[in-house]
Amino acid sequence: MKMTFAQKILAQKAGLDYVEVGQIVEITPDFCMSHDNTAAISKIFAKIGVERVKDPGRFVIVLDHTVPASTEKYALGHKEIREFVANQGIEHFYDAGVGICHQVLPEKGYALPGALILGSDSHTTTYGAFGAFSAGIGRSEMAVLYATSKIWLKTPESIKIVVHGKLREPVTSKDLILKIIGDIGADGALYKSIEFSGEAISEMSQASRMILSNMAIECGAKNGYIAPDDKTFRFLEGRAVREYYPVYPDPDAQYEQVLKFDASQLGPQVAKPHTVDNVSPVEDVAGTKIDQVLLGTCTNGRLEDLRLAARIIDAKKIAKGVRMLVLPASQEVLLDALSEGLVDTFVRAGAMVLNPGCGPCLGAHQGVLAPGEVCLSTANRNFKGRMGSREAEIYLASPATVAASVLTGVITDPREVFEGGAK
Amino acid sequence: MIEGWVWKYGDDVNTDVIFPGKYTYQPMEPAEMAEHAMEDLDPSFAKGVKTGDVIVAGANFGCGSSREQAATCLKAAGVAAVIAKSFSRIFFRNAINNGLPVIELREGIDEMKKDDSVKIDFENGIVIHEGKEYHFPALPKEVLAILEDGGLIPHVRKALGKA
Repeated sequence: MKMTFAQKILAQKAGLDYVEVGQIVEITPDFCMSHDNTAAISKIFAKIGVERVKDPGRFVIVLDHTVPASTEKYALGHKEIREFVANQGIEHFYDAGVGICHQVLPEKGYALPGALILGSDSHTTTYGAFGAFSAGIGRSEMAVLYATSKIWLKTPESIKIVVHGKLREPVTSKDLILKIIGDIGADGALYKSIEFSGEAISEMSQASRMILSNMAIECGAKNGYIAPDDKTFRFLEGRAVREYYPVYPDPDAQYEQVLKFDASQLGPQVAKPHTVDNVSPVEDVAGTKIDQVLLGTCTNGRLEDLRLAARIIDAKKIAKGVRMLVLPASQEVLLDALSEGLVDTFVRAGAMVLNPGCGPCLGAHQGVLAPGEVCLSTANRNFKGRMGSREAEIYLASPATVAASVLTGVITDPREVFEGGAK
Repeated sequence: MIEGWVWKYGDDVNTDVIFPGKYTYQPMEPAEMAEHAMEDLDPSFAKGVKTGDVIVAGANFGCGSSREQAATCLKAAGVAAVIAKSFSRIFFRNAINNGLPVIELREGIDEMKKDDSVKIDFENGIVIHEGKEYHFPALPKEVLAILEDGGLIPHVRKALGKA
């Protein structure tokens, strides 16, 4: 029987020859990720009544959500996590400052082809870009994984998304995923496994692919798989923590839907307040006044994102009355951005460069919004109240659109300012 | 069989509006979480909700973040069940794991309004509203067992012989 990626990997992890869609399997994940919520998870774990984490080597813990701690409560949470990992012998621990979990796991070589990774964070789908099956779970489930290493998963239906053609600079994979989510809706792939393929995906860098998988959850997907190739394998050279065995879907597997998109016809896209599927071409919102821009996060905080924005900003200054926050996804990204002079470009333009971490994306600290303010962000969510006040508005766009807009103070089509652009 | 009063919401109610991100990394007991339930969607909810009330919503309830407090805060607020056209998968799991019944109902939701009375017959998979019966599929037995034990932690404690 022919199988999709999801069927194949779940069958393999469950030790079965075949699983059908809808079948519930019990599996042991290869890796489990949690972040600042490990403090809460460790307390749930204590209630189970098991003393020791069953298999500490499976767990990767990254402090990123509120780093450095901005309140005493956050500081206490971090302290409890440091004690927990020390007591339980969890060696895969990355303390505040290393980066955002969804960048750290790939960089440190845990996001491997053919791996099954669960994380107590919805954007765990990011590792699908490496050919992993990766999905978000809750805190109680992570606590139970500490105790038993086992969890049930339901085999999802699969949607194949084929993207023909090539993206034309300065249009990026962020514009593509916003277009896809806008078309299929916030529940367009609910409970389902997405497999991205086609010329545009093959042509894309590994970093660009991560944006697609990162945001697969924004249309409800359980995971967002991209077949690993030479680009993936090259990225993992010197990083992979162990050997890996890629899993590919059977060519004639059954898909619930096959959707086709044309990258060559795509222009910059913007998600308007207050849902990620409220998407328009940038032209429709051009001229909207902004108070703050956020460049970075687990969606668009990688080197190529910062390079693209810096190329547009060049030696120019950000518009008067606009604040710009730059949030590199990791220490590695920050160091590369420093050596390439990108940080210099941002700071001279008038931006604030923040430490690697989740920053204001989830509204906990570092640049939250006041009532009535408008933020243009490269992040993945624009829900009401997400970045502070529930009276604030968040628009989502690519690094190119954000960089073009910060120069004018209004939402701006990056093709108007991009050297050698398509317009 | 339970009977409860309806709080009615639309499509795509996300976990940020159910339980804001600014509280997500603060240590908090369920009773305090309940005080912030639905804060960014309906500030009247936390003050007005009574034990046994039922949330009725459109498609994709609980989309967004994986934060489990979105389920915990509703359970602690006394919500007896959430009925929706569909649920985000992580919220669905979190709800079951917190002992909060979630019912996927394709029909009848558009007719249900705030302060209506609904009856839920879990055993037979029926929601009754204004005399009309709407059927919902039973949960898989593995999942139902968690709900029946009152959530994942008591379920696992039982399985490990700790209960």
